[in-house]
Amino acid sequence: MAAVEFRNIDIVFGADQKGALRLIDEGRSREEILSATGAVLGAAGVSLAIERGEICVLMGLSGSGKSTILRAINRLNEVARGEVLVEHKGSKVDVARCDEGTLRDLRMHTVSMVFQQFGLLPWRTVRDNVGFGLELRGDLSAAERNRIVDEKLAMVGLTNWSEKYTNELSGGMQQRVGLARAFATDADILLMDEPFSALDPLIRDKLQDELLDLQRRIQKTIVFVSHDLDEALKLGNKIAIMEGGRIVQAGTAEDILLRPANAYVAEFVKHMNPLNVLRGTAVMRPAASLAREGDAVMLDKSGRVKVKVDSEGRPLSIDLDGRAGLLAKADGEAGVIDDALAHDADCIVAPVDLRLKAAIELKRHTDLPILLVDNLGRLAGLCDDDEIYRGLLRRLDG
Amino acid sequence: MYDWLTEHKIPLGLWLRDFVDLLTTHGQGFFDFVSLVLGALIGGFTAALLWVPPLLLIALFGLAAWLVHRSVGLVVFIVGALLLVTNLGYWTATMETLSLVICATLVCVVVGVPIGIAAAHRPWLYTAIRPILDLMQTIPTFVYLIPTLVLFGLGAVPGLISTVIFSIPAPIRLTHLGISSVPPALYEAGKAFGATKTQLLFKVELPYALPTIMAGITQCIMLSLSMVVIAALVGADGLGKPVVRALNSVNIAMGFEAGLAIVVLAIVLDRVCKRPERRSRKG
Repeated sequence: MAAVEFRNIDIVFGADQKGALRLIDEGRSREEILSATGAVLGAAGVSLAIERGEICVLMGLSGSGKSTILRAINRLNEVARGEVLVEHKGSKVDVARCDEGTLRDLRMHTVSMVFQQFGLLPWRTVRDNVGFGLELRGDLSAAERNRIVDEKLAMVGLTNWSEKYTNELSGGMQQRVGLARAFATDADILLMDEPFSALDPLIRDKLQDELLDLQRRIQKTIVFVSHDLDEALKLGNKIAIMEGGRIVQAGTAEDILLRPANAYVAEFVKHMNPLNVLRGTAVMRPAASLAREGDAVMLDKSGRVKVKVDSEGRPLSIDLDGRAGLLAKADGEAGVIDDALAHDADCIVAPVDLRLKAAIELKRHTDLPILLVDNLGRLAGLCDDDEIYRGLLRRLDG
Repeated sequence: MYDWLTEHKIPLGLWLRDFVDLLTTHGQGFFDFVSLVLGALIGGFTAALLWVPPLLLIALFGLAAWLVHRSVGLVVFIVGALLLVTNLGYWTATMETLSLVICATLVCVVVGVPIGIAAAHRPWLYTAIRPILDLMQTIPTFVYLIPTLVLFGLGAVPGLISTVIFSIPAPIRLTHLGISSVPPALYEAGKAFGATKTQLLFKVELPYALPTIMAGITQCIMLSLSMVVIAALVGADGLGKPVVRALNSVNIAMGFEAGLAIVVLAIVLDRVCKRPERRSRKG
């Protein structure tokens, strides 16, 4: 079940909502709608499902509507048409239409938010800022609230700063307070509106790492707005690229890098380094497309190099023109391999989520073909020079 | 040549007079009631201030100044200045004036701050009341002294009402300014965590606007104090009375002493009310 789902939503700022919606249906652009009705198109025809536990990054230039749809999730922006379904206490709530009581309950328990300019209350200490959401809820004793606040402060590493005022903290620390405040209500869904944009690059990088680290432990559903593709590719399990209030492409980082949907996306990804993003899956020749002969899979066209697999499809041994070869295992997405082992081996077996960068390093180091196996050890595909070059040229169909 | 223009005078003044007459005939009960309540308020305050022995009260003022500002110089100045006023024989009049100022400020805050909040939430309301506020601050005081005198009778109450009319625009304007300058991000943060309208007001808007509102109240105190002489004209007790009497009898000595007492009170109130340097507020 999706934690958040937009179903064909339109968001319009301005009085003439009806007129604007009519023009949206005619497929007019934002400029045309503005000059005809005086209303600003925030988002048009947006549909997107965000699964539980996923980090979904909404990407685009400023004014593309990414923050606009983020704010529809907790109704800081009103939706003119369509549904915003949010999983709240086991059932789906249409945030766009629910009553005030449900909305408040949802904001207090299910959805919390981190802001670009932090949105901290300067007259409160760090502790009182973190406890703000709980205080508004008013259902906990002060002692209980303090316990939760301490726990969240420890989580973001600010235990010693709890009695300071927020303006005594650096930008990076202030945003950690923002994060702790968002975590404090134990909401399942976290909205992050360009949370790291106001920070300098080093701090930004550090906080991104910390967020990924936290996410591994807490497994929230995170909707993250960013105008920085590097950030999006680093954090997002799913990335939705927006332009002019519409989603132009939604998919994994690899989808977007390898198969940009239009010129706008292509322009966006043009200067990206694919090595950091692409993985074995994106470039490999799938096992299904390799020629088979009984329990042997041919690795080259002439069929001189064969891999024997067991009944489950796990590679057992390699046969090089009649000579039995040695398989060496490389571990993790970084492809760590024992040097001595690599020296004697004839083929490397690596996990399927091996980073392309790691694959190239392995190739350069050993000059051996790489077999990719899935998490059950079954042969998933082959990654050799040809596949790597193609990945770099971003042509999968060639 | 301009006879055609002056021939038929528009009876603006007469209309207003008729309006005030109408109020006196039909609303006398109401005005009597207001007069009674406010009169009791001022009387009560004055009695309370005069009930405390002057030296004890001066010591209390000194203590308050110390607690707020932690400055020896200020405490010495305040105690010295108040002792001087007592020595000149204006202690009672000073307390009467202080009571009038406190009551006027109280009324201004109780009425003005909610109006300021309401105006900040409703731009149309602010557009509507802005010209009225301008009018209240620019129209010569004597002009509305006359109808207040008619409606509330002689004494401290018309003085208080005139003072309130003159000084209430300050808290209204500054409350409006403070509330409407709450950054949208703070507002959204409150809403995003499920704050109700009341919670937004008390946990986000008012704390943010507090320094500005306090500045408005300090201004209000000073404006009220500047009205003491005018208030004395309609019979309010206090430091204004000796000033008026000195003017009528060309008594330089009395005028100077009473004027000095007003200045001393103004400085004391200003220094005590001015908030200590707040932590700088960025981001």
